[in-house]
Amino acid sequence: MKIGVYICHCGSNIADHVDIEKVRETIGQQKDVFLVKDVMFACSDSSQKEMVEDIQSQGLDAIVVASCSPKLHLPTFREVARRAGLNPYKYIQVNIREQCSWAHSNDHKGATDKAIKLIEAGIEKAKRSEALEPIKIDAINAVAVVGAGIAGLRAAIELADMGTDVYLIEREYFIGGRITQWDELFTTNQTGREIITKLYHQLISYKNITLFTGAEIVETSGSVGNMEIKVRIKPRYVKPDCVFDMDKFEKAIEVCPVEVEDEFNFGLTKRKAIYKNYPGEFPEVPAIDHDHCTRCGECLKVCEGIDLEQKEEFINLNVGAILLATGFDPYEPKEGEYGYGQVPNVITLQQFKRLIELCPDELVYAGRKIHNIAYIYCVGSRQQNGPNRYCSRYCCTAAMHTALLVKQKYGDIRNFHFTRGIRTYGKQEHIYHEALEQGDVVFQSFNDPLCEVGEHNGTAVVKINDFLTRGKPMELEADLVVLITGMVPRKNNTIAQLLKVPVGRDHFFNEVHLKLRPVETVIDGVFISGASQGPKNIMESVNSALAAASKANNLVKKGFISIEPTIAFVDADKCQWCDKCAQVCPFDAFEQVDYNGKQVARVITSLCKGCGMCLPVCPEDALQLHNYTDRQIEAMIEDLAKAK
Amino acid sequence: MNDIKPKILVFSTEKISDPAIDLAGLLKMYYPATVYTITVPCSSSIKPRWIMHAFDAGFDGVFIAADGTDCPYSENCTENTSNIVKQTQDLMRQKAMDTARLKMAAICSVCSEAFVRQIKTFYDYLINQKQNENA
Repeated sequence: MKIGVYICHCGSNIADHVDIEKVRETIGQQKDVFLVKDVMFACSDSSQKEMVEDIQSQGLDAIVVASCSPKLHLPTFREVARRAGLNPYKYIQVNIREQCSWAHSNDHKGATDKAIKLIEAGIEKAKRSEALEPIKIDAINAVAVVGAGIAGLRAAIELADMGTDVYLIEREYFIGGRITQWDELFTTNQTGREIITKLYHQLISYKNITLFTGAEIVETSGSVGNMEIKVRIKPRYVKPDCVFDMDKFEKAIEVCPVEVEDEFNFGLTKRKAIYKNYPGEFPEVPAIDHDHCTRCGECLKVCEGIDLEQKEEFINLNVGAILLATGFDPYEPKEGEYGYGQVPNVITLQQFKRLIELCPDELVYAGRKIHNIAYIYCVGSRQQNGPNRYCSRYCCTAAMHTALLVKQKYGDIRNFHFTRGIRTYGKQEHIYHEALEQGDVVFQSFNDPLCEVGEHNGTAVVKINDFLTRGKPMELEADLVVLITGMVPRKNNTIAQLLKVPVGRDHFFNEVHLKLRPVETVIDGVFISGASQGPKNIMESVNSALAAASKANNLVKKGFISIEPTIAFVDADKCQWCDKCAQVCPFDAFEQVDYNGKQVARVITSLCKGCGMCLPVCPEDALQLHNYTDRQIEAMIEDLAKAK
Repeated sequence: MNDIKPKILVFSTEKISDPAIDLAGLLKMYYPATVYTITVPCSSSIKPRWIMHAFDAGFDGVFIAADGTDCPYSENCTENTSNIVKQTQDLMRQKAMDTARLKMAAICSVCSEAFVRQIKTFYDYLINQKQNENA
């Protein structure tokens, strides 16, 4: 076997702490090492060309590159091997920088000895490496976008524009998501509804977008490239071919005897069972709330467009990828948390935003005209003792912006902010200064809880030991206490379980890598975007939606997909089909098949993600992972253990 | 001067603990040079036979830098990796080996400080054990 070894100086990063000459000499004496070279920068164009020439002219069977972390240049050198006609999996990367020269720059001898052992172990792995071919599977150029909020709408439009068919699936009867609940938005002062209206008109101009409302994915099968999804569509109870006459629907709303809490206004108002959340909402046709309608038939008497006989529908769709834009829920404070639900006039930021819109002339809550407003920040975020350790990012800006708006709209308002330190980052810092300039008062504390909310003669009283005045106790009588509540993951997150999308410790969707692969999940073909992956403001949500749309389109547009061949494989002779591998596999990648008259496990290549969780559970030791075989791992162990 | 330099094999994971170990190097957070890493996709993929092979081949300690709750593959990773440790410890007991020679700790992708702290503590423990054996 002919192995070529390349030892990188990385300028002085490696060479200053590792005796390269000694390493080269020692490695050159290894059996099967046909060629060993030290290079200034292995990743440079000239070094890459030299490697290609060596592989071709010397007929190398495998190469080992000892340089930096594989996180940086694994794809670079795989491509070098491919260009030279060598199977990319016959190249092994050895990390002698991050895990050797830098980690032991205080111990040159130790670093040199370690570099030698690491390279020797890499050679042992290379000797046992297999030529693997990427697995190619057909891909349907269609993407299911789940959630028609700002992120889902932007992603759908972008995908359609790039030539991909889109099925946009929205659980609610209307599109737009959370931002339709907010009036004016920072920084443009456009309203959420204006933005959604614009996007809806764009959306319907694309023939390759199909919108489903009141719809939810209930089953999935298949894998990347060809995923079959079953969608349940709730009846809207409106005839699809009716002549739309809003006056008649208005009458139907008027006569409907059912009143329920209006979720759109966070319980501040009631709505009917037949409803629209606001007049310009899309789709334009009202919907009848399946869960609350009593089928009394009053609406039928005044509006012939209604059909109470409609049934739930199920449709099957085939898509190449799925893009999740399922958003967030606002944090719901616990009973008694900063007086919520116990002290009068304590509401959340989300309720306050709706209240402002519902009060056109003067700000009134529970019959009381509001002058003094206390804003308590970080409720449900940055918890010192609770599960939500994260910062919800958008709320400082949203609170400051709301405080400005409320003063502009009603005039006679005094704002008092109770904070843990304001985080109006980036351009949003202007808004903080604007609020200070208009006379808003800011208190700060790092205590948990931040302050106390009590009651005195029917009025809420907020007490804080203010850090900004050296811990001086302050007390404020507030007409209204607004809890600045952050973002939490969706309560109903069945889609995550269906698709087996991993969630992080904060229970938001988990990306493969926060910085390098921020919209991909380990489930091939499933992308995440917007606030479903963690707190984000609208700009950040749209950024991630566009990134996810681009990744999804790039994956399916070619008509085929190449997936990593480093997956599990079964030794059918050893396997006795005990089902343990299938039970532990998070991706359902095992099936039971017949082999020479006995039942054995087989890996479904398109579903296996190469995690290797199945390996240790097999009682017959019949499972291995390509590129991490027992022979490779044990040979590396033996070599490393020989170190003095 | 202490001549005892225990050899530790670290099983780290591509996406989670390996970046932390890389970061420790980048930040020059020194740890002993007789600590060697083999990277695997997930800490739940480590076979007990590999760990036992490491002890048989001459490693003084094996450290599993586990994915913990950050595992991108499964929420059950912590439990699965713990099972691997338990199974291996059973094998170690059968051979009358000190089960503390196998250590597991969750190392997140930026937990370089935790990694170095854990490794140093483990290294010191192994030195003490060797000194006791030699005494």
